[in-house]
Amino acid sequence: MTPDLMIAGVMLVALILYTLTGGADFGGGVWELLAGGPRKDAQRRLIDVSIQPIWEANHVWLILLIVLLFVCFPAAFAAVCTALHVPLALMLVGIVLRGSAFVFSHYDPLHGRGALRWGGVFALASLVTPVTLGIVLGALGSGFEVDPRTGFVATDFVSQWLAPYPFAVGLFTLALFAFLAAVYLVCEADDPLLRADFRARALASAAVVGASALLAFLVAPPAIRHDLSASSWATPLHLATGLAAVAAIVALWTRRDRLARACAMAQVTLIVVGWAVAQYPYLAHPGYTIAGTAAPVSVLTPLLVALALGGLVLFPSLAYLFVVFKRRRAA
Amino acid sequence: MTDLFAARAQMAMSLAFHILFAVVGMAMPLLMVIAERLHQRRGDAVYRELAERWSKGTAIMFAVGAVSGTVLSFELGLLWPHFMAFAGPIIGMPFSLEGFAFFLEAIFLGIFLYGRDRVPPLAHLLAGVMVLASGTASAVFVLCANAWMNTPTGYTLGAGGEVVDVDPFAAMWNPASLSEVLHMTSAAFAAVGFAVAGIHAAMLLRGGRRELHRPALRIALTVGAVFALLQPITGDLAAKHVAEHQPIKLAAMEAHFDSERGAPFRIFGWPDEQAEETRYAIEVPYVLSFLAHGDPHAEVKGLKEFPREQRPPVAVVHVAFQIMVGCGLVMIAVASLGAAFAARRRALPDWYLRLLVVSAPLGVIAIEAGWTVTEVGRQPWVIQGVLRTADAVTPMPHLVVPFAAFTALYVVLGVTVLVLLRRVVFAAEVPAHVPVGMSSETSREVAR
Repeated sequence: MTPDLMIAGVMLVALILYTLTGGADFGGGVWELLAGGPRKDAQRRLIDVSIQPIWEANHVWLILLIVLLFVCFPAAFAAVCTALHVPLALMLVGIVLRGSAFVFSHYDPLHGRGALRWGGVFALASLVTPVTLGIVLGALGSGFEVDPRTGFVATDFVSQWLAPYPFAVGLFTLALFAFLAAVYLVCEADDPLLRADFRARALASAAVVGASALLAFLVAPPAIRHDLSASSWATPLHLATGLAAVAAIVALWTRRDRLARACAMAQVTLIVVGWAVAQYPYLAHPGYTIAGTAAPVSVLTPLLVALALGGLVLFPSLAYLFVVFKRRRAA
Repeated sequence: MTDLFAARAQMAMSLAFHILFAVVGMAMPLLMVIAERLHQRRGDAVYRELAERWSKGTAIMFAVGAVSGTVLSFELGLLWPHFMAFAGPIIGMPFSLEGFAFFLEAIFLGIFLYGRDRVPPLAHLLAGVMVLASGTASAVFVLCANAWMNTPTGYTLGAGGEVVDVDPFAAMWNPASLSEVLHMTSAAFAAVGFAVAGIHAAMLLRGGRRELHRPALRIALTVGAVFALLQPITGDLAAKHVAEHQPIKLAAMEAHFDSERGAPFRIFGWPDEQAEETRYAIEVPYVLSFLAHGDPHAEVKGLKEFPREQRPPVAVVHVAFQIMVGCGLVMIAVASLGAAFAARRRALPDWYLRLLVVSAPLGVIAIEAGWTVTEVGRQPWVIQGVLRTADAVTPMPHLVVPFAAFTALYVVLGVTVLVLLRRVVFAAEVPAHVPVGMSSETSREVAR
């Protein structure tokens, strides 16, 4: 395995972990927005308590991902940031609003009265970021040609992302994050009624996940539809994803909540892996491949060592964080 | 507004905004850890309350720092794709290590803030120490990356202008790294120490709880004073470095147009870039030569040695440098006074508390001015002598739109943070005793 491929693998892991953790935090914002019924406030409180100690750390996966992209695949980073400036900027606005609104509403001793009515902003920003993240990931599948005159990406700054397929992927991402959050919240809740609330939400969002996946497939350009099934890994991956999804729904239905959580995490992981397999060997199709945009080996090799050493410190710390705050409910 | 100017304005605005939160996220943990340690050693509940109150403020500032830092890491590509395509791999090492350091900071901040009742006291204290260590480390890494833009090393250019033979560690420990790291990290601790001391001095003057605000003031002022007194040393190191490696920047800082021996240090003065002279300055002979090269008769190169298109905007750099030095000198004076009171074991008089309130923003102002000096002073280059800022900018049109949008966003955020911090500070005053007739509208609302 070449160093560039190993780095790409690390980035895939970071994307999966970001989806499983940070993605679920965004999904929590969706349920904050859609909180309702007799236990509206209890729902919001549970979301708040579940996210609070871990969301800052969850967010760093995205930073790690973007740093690895610009360090190891600088040409791809420059091309993506240029052509997708608009959705990326919107995603940033969402990230800023979400992060600040969350902490503002949490720490305000007046609980968002007066000048600080930020709770709604947190929820709204929780919609913007997953959708734009999905748009960006969907857009990477096609349209990134290198302009032979400049050697830079050929772009009108719009056409790469303003198309049905990226938006369908955006919708899918939002549904997926919401689904994941609902499944987690089922396990976090102590009150059986609250569990039932989120179980119903998880099942409903599972249906939306399926529908938006179908929509994305239907509006996908032929090239992407081809990529989605081209690899010899594609069929077993799709089958496994489908199995995990069905298992998650069955487990939710039969109230095996822990199992449902495991299945949902497997499902989401497989979806991200499936996306990566379809994307391979391109970072941005068709002009920017992993090997073609990789930084010199003199950069990649020391970085891999640094990543390994960093991981030795990071993962035990991260495990400690989750043990401290999630142990009671997981036990 | 040209697109290049809009991109520069957006970058400058984003950096200026982020740095406020970054220094708090880096320096506050020191105060928190000191308070936590005192609480654990003396069992005094006041220190525990202090650690908790400071933690609250830090959590708010850290959250905004985290998101505004995320914005910056994307803006590097959104605004300067050609810079990143070139520099990304070379300065990747400090950026990647910074990613890890920031990760650790976020993890242990979560444990420190919310884990008091879930982990043993020692683990809680150590979590605070980890926040401090990793926060400082991430500042060090980012400063190394910035230093590389001033003194790019650690790579060679291939025949086609492509980057080959990168030595990531040579790039990270480039010549400017040491002086930037020392000067800025100690600036952060000094600025935050002064800001916090000023807040507690204000609370004391308002008749707040003495048993809480006096120890708070003591801790914050000690930290602020120690680092403020270190700044002349680190600043001297930085100045000598700039004199050697970036003589144009030094000349702009001093608005120094003619090369001369025994060059004077200018206080105030307005540089006229057309006429190439500086008017209305108080000139202290020989001092610049001495400060820059350690010899009062050394030659200091003037701006006229360099073609106009290689000079930075002189007035901006010179004025910003004056502001930085001025703020720093006042802080040193205030710190020395505080040390004198401490040495005589005298209580701080009210006039000194008022002085502390007035001095509270000085460190932050000095930091903003200092970054203006180092960033504007490097222009027209984004990488000194290698890549011009104008050649690094994105081809994206209408950049004024994101500039306006992010500026509006940050103004709203900034105002919200101020309102929120005010509420938190006042709300925490209530549990003890609301001084009759002094309770603000806010604290009355909370008391209900």
